[in-house]
Amino acid sequence: MAEHSVKPKMGFGRIALYAFITYCCLYYLLPLTVMLFNSIKDLNELKSGNLLAFPHTVTFEPWVKAWNSACTGVTCDGLKGYFWNSVSFVVPAVLISALIGAFNGYVLTMWRFRGSDALFMALMLGCFIPFQAILLPMAQTLGVLGIANSVAGLIFVHVVYGIAFTTLFFRNYYVTIPDELVKAARIDGAGFFTIFRRIVLPLSGPIIVVTVIWQFTQIWNDFLFGVVFSSGERQPITVALNNLVNTSTGVKEYNVDMAAAVIAALPTLFVYVVAGKYFVRGLTAGAVKG
Amino acid sequence: MGALSIRKVRKSYAGTEILKGIDLEVEQGEFLILVGPSGCGKSTLLSMIAGLDDITSGEVHIAGRRVNDLPPKDRDIAMVFQSYALYPSMTVRENISFGLEIRKIPHAEREAAVDRVAKILQIEHLLDRRPSQLSGGQRQRVAMGRAIARNPALFLFDEPLSNLDAKLRVEMRTEIKLLHQRLGTTIVYVTHDQIEAMTLGDKIAVMKAGEVQQFGTPNEIYRNPANLFVAGFMGSPAMNFIPTRVVEAGSGLGLAMESGGEHFVFPAINGEALRSKLGSEIILGIRPEQITEVVDSHGDVPHAVTRSIKVDLSEPTGPDTLLLVRLNNTKVTCRVCPDFAARPGEQMKLLFDLSKAVYFDPATEQRIR
Repeated sequence: MAEHSVKPKMGFGRIALYAFITYCCLYYLLPLTVMLFNSIKDLNELKSGNLLAFPHTVTFEPWVKAWNSACTGVTCDGLKGYFWNSVSFVVPAVLISALIGAFNGYVLTMWRFRGSDALFMALMLGCFIPFQAILLPMAQTLGVLGIANSVAGLIFVHVVYGIAFTTLFFRNYYVTIPDELVKAARIDGAGFFTIFRRIVLPLSGPIIVVTVIWQFTQIWNDFLFGVVFSSGERQPITVALNNLVNTSTGVKEYNVDMAAAVIAALPTLFVYVVAGKYFVRGLTAGAVKG
Repeated sequence: MGALSIRKVRKSYAGTEILKGIDLEVEQGEFLILVGPSGCGKSTLLSMIAGLDDITSGEVHIAGRRVNDLPPKDRDIAMVFQSYALYPSMTVRENISFGLEIRKIPHAEREAAVDRVAKILQIEHLLDRRPSQLSGGQRQRVAMGRAIARNPALFLFDEPLSNLDAKLRVEMRTEIKLLHQRLGTTIVYVTHDQIEAMTLGDKIAVMKAGEVQQFGTPNEIYRNPANLFVAGFMGSPAMNFIPTRVVEAGSGLGLAMESGGEHFVFPAINGEALRSKLGSEIILGIRPEQITEVVDSHGDVPHAVTRSIKVDLSEPTGPDTLLLVRLNNTKVTCRVCPDFAARPGEQMKLLFDLSKAVYFDPATEQRIR
């Protein structure tokens, strides 16, 4: 047998490739770096110095201020309240939409009924509806349901909007699970919910991670629904961040703005770091083998 | 009372008839094989017995009970699937006891059942593994274990060996047969492999295009095929079909033969039914093992005819050599002892044992008898 080196040679092509990848990394990391650097400079240094310069004196004062006492419109209590606002509706909205998506996917793949494919296509259309198109009807719906301008209302909006995506994810994952698994469970005596809970859900790890990351990012970063369907102290952090940056009294504190922006982005970053490897795995996994 | 009774069962999907009236009776403890080419409806029939598919019309009785309207779990059956369908997230132990757990069997009893099954199938050392950590043969055993654990009235096997490699398939085939002898439970077994059908079955139902072509013991099916399809499907290498014409031969009837430009006549043994076909075309069916080298004792074989014919091709299989010759412009396979096999191009004197020859009507493809 000829000796086959598994390790590729460090030829010109390889070096060029690495150089390109490194360049891309730096390029993508640059905005975050700028934000982080400037969020820990004091205001004088920031105003006199270069935006890209490394901070001389590190101060966490801007972070504390952004969190505790920055002004967002009329109130000056920082972002902390809004941060927990966001957490309070994002977490339930993500969990509920993922669960409904899993359930829909289960029914649409393993308990097909007349018209189930048509229903799936209809649900898919939901992925293409722009936010703006449903603002008015949704406002009316929330009013009728009596949950306008409440946490429950925001959860409802995001769950409804997210179902199309979560269903798509789970449905496409579940078609790779062999039908015979469900048949075997039926013969073993398991019913509809038992099969879902005992057989299908335990296989869903990768796609749950994908869905949670997707939904968390979407809902956490949402601005439009937040600004339309909530007001005052109930607003999510994205809206508060906007208000904070646009508050025009006194001196413009860029370092506080930067710190606030990073705070607003931290949870999604956290989710990616924790679940990122499962994300890739979930997107590429060939699901269940025999 | 029969263990399984299938009466006039039909199945149609959106106007297309998949099964066209199936009637089968299986006695307690029998091993029934449903065999046929893909698309013949055998797996659909099995699914209907299991309750995974609706029955369009007709009745299915298991152990004397009409089960048409019962869900799978209440039919007292267990099934082994082609893909094994082991639950990937559970250990072997959990896989085997899952069905018992669902039926609320107490923990101690479940453990006892798992131990019993593991012992029978020699999978004790695998109990805490997950299916992904098992080889194909081991998964196959676990799948059978899951079926055995519940002690059902009826086992259903859906092509259980077709995912295994050839050697393992033969081993597992033997094991399934041993298991059947040991447990004595009625089995319905679907396969497209005629050797599996012959080796395992007490009864075989040969199916094609949604109909049972023939239902009988392996011996009956092999010796007395009802039509061309069954004759050609069962047996490997396949039965030779030689088109010929019925002629007068002395006091009886004969079959006109030709090889290498020479014309001769074979006596039509057991050919009383051919009387009405005198002068018309029929198909002579003769199995390769009935065309051999001339043996010394051939005087003892009734209705043996010898004839020297040119060999076109030789295929050694080890125990036998298959020779290809031409009769009536048709390729004919003969099965001879390797020591006597002539080389291609040579003439060889062959012994035709016509006592087991069968005749078919070329138009209806039915047996003439």
